[in-house]
Amino acid sequence: MSIAPFHTTLSLLTEPETDTRTNLRTGRAASPVPQPGAPAKAAVLTLRGVEKSFGANRVLRGIDLVIPAGQFVAIVGKSGCGKSTLLRLLVGLETASSGDIVFTDEEGRAIGPEARIMFQEPRLLPWFNVIDNVGVGLGEGISRAEARARAEQVLWEMHLRDKALDWPASLSGGQRQRVALARALVSRPGFLALDEPLGALDALTRIGMQQLVSRVWRELGFTAVLVTHDVNEAVHLADRVIVLDEGRVMLDLDVPQAHPREHGDPELARLEGRLLSAILGTQ
Amino acid sequence: MTSIDIEAGRTVTGSKPRSLRLPRLDRERLLPFAVPLALVLLWQAGSSLGLISDRVMPSPVAVTQAFWSEAADGSLGHNILVSGARALAGLAIGGSIGFLLGIANGVSKLSEQLTDTTLQMIRTIPHLAMIPLVILWFGIGEEAKLFLTSLGVLFPIYLNTYHGVRNVDRGLIEMGRIYGMSNWSLFSKVIFPGALPSIFVGLRYALGIMWLTLIVSESIAASSGIGYMANNAREFMMTDVVVLALVIYAVLGKLADVIARSLERWTLSWNAAYQR
Repeated sequence: MSIAPFHTTLSLLTEPETDTRTNLRTGRAASPVPQPGAPAKAAVLTLRGVEKSFGANRVLRGIDLVIPAGQFVAIVGKSGCGKSTLLRLLVGLETASSGDIVFTDEEGRAIGPEARIMFQEPRLLPWFNVIDNVGVGLGEGISRAEARARAEQVLWEMHLRDKALDWPASLSGGQRQRVALARALVSRPGFLALDEPLGALDALTRIGMQQLVSRVWRELGFTAVLVTHDVNEAVHLADRVIVLDEGRVMLDLDVPQAHPREHGDPELARLEGRLLSAILGTQ
Repeated sequence: MTSIDIEAGRTVTGSKPRSLRLPRLDRERLLPFAVPLALVLLWQAGSSLGLISDRVMPSPVAVTQAFWSEAADGSLGHNILVSGARALAGLAIGGSIGFLLGIANGVSKLSEQLTDTTLQMIRTIPHLAMIPLVILWFGIGEEAKLFLTSLGVLFPIYLNTYHGVRNVDRGLIEMGRIYGMSNWSLFSKVIFPGALPSIFVGLRYALGIMWLTLIVSESIAASSGIGYMANNAREFMMTDVVVLALVIYAVLGKLADVIARSLERWTLSWNAAYQR
């Protein structure tokens, strides 16, 4: 099983783009599985004067941001800059000491924070098989049969359908993160938070997962916020990179290149260099 | 290309092939009984050669004969049933209380602060030391035995349930909250299954204490049950029946453990440590 991540990566690299596109958008490809619900509307996130302190430690010192619907934002910065805390505020795991975080749709109507998060570790329930783990993403008030049907659809999209009845313990690290991604997306959320979800993967699996995340984001159109320490990953995935330093936004940089992006693009390398020197220059 | 397709999930739908391993399993099953069997043979040889006095220790053959004679008039079966029912009732009552307290104190800070110290204090009293008091309270009826057995099994189940709940991965609980699980879902899907391996450890400890308590309380005051049978036999110097009672306790104890273990394997099949 040690070579599995390599295979996973290969399958993602060699996968025909058009094929997956139809699957995700319309579910109309040669699949006998049920149709998913309509994709949720992408969320607009508005942060006004958000502060967060833990005791005397001011982790976030006044964050003002507007993240338009469907934008992919990466937040980078040194350890302890407050980027993980900001993400935990966005998904409601912490509450801000002051300031507002508002989720709206594109017309400005307030929507519930239908937030999903992917952590660095997959956090799958070891006593549920893969399909029931994905079903957890649908929340309460849904029949087991329907949860399974919708979970199966997403597993099919993630090329994990043959793993549906396996225990998480029997999967490779990359497969577990794909199951976690399936669980996050099965409810078709308007907003997905990613807390260094690829940090623990090996280099090749990581590239494969980056392409998968980028692909599902383009096809489902949700708003995404990625926290990462990897500037290269940030410029390859995001439309916009925000550098945090000591709880403040130090740099807010657009990455206008079209998706999907090639590894080795000189313009991306230039942006990466600029970001790195901004982060390191603050030492 | 085949292996790539398999990893991508396009081809494989069938079950994984299983190797035939019956002969090895048989050996693994029989090996643990080799030592007890050898001991019994040595014991019989010792008795037959006159090295072991019949008054001190009856031979295995004599114990087997005692088994037949006790079984023939139905008293053995009756005594086993009575003891088994007492054991199970005590386990059910004490186990339920220990389990509920363990869950409550694992989940709720308030409940823990209210009851944990008290429980830890009562736990340090050897429950058999309460026999004189228990006899004064309940006399020598069923209540006394039930009370002692319940008290004995309560603590191992309480401690291990509490420990199991406290050690459930915080990350999983956080995940459950984000995905909007109700308190009941969080308990039934995350906390309880996460605590289950530890609860089983508690159950197996409790089973040992359950038999121990029952033996003692049946020898002190009872008119039926295996403890009574052994104690009664002692008065008539029937060592073979006394030894028979011991053998039956050993068999019942082992049986309870086997049942607990298979329950464990069945419910924890997701856990690599319990997979066969």
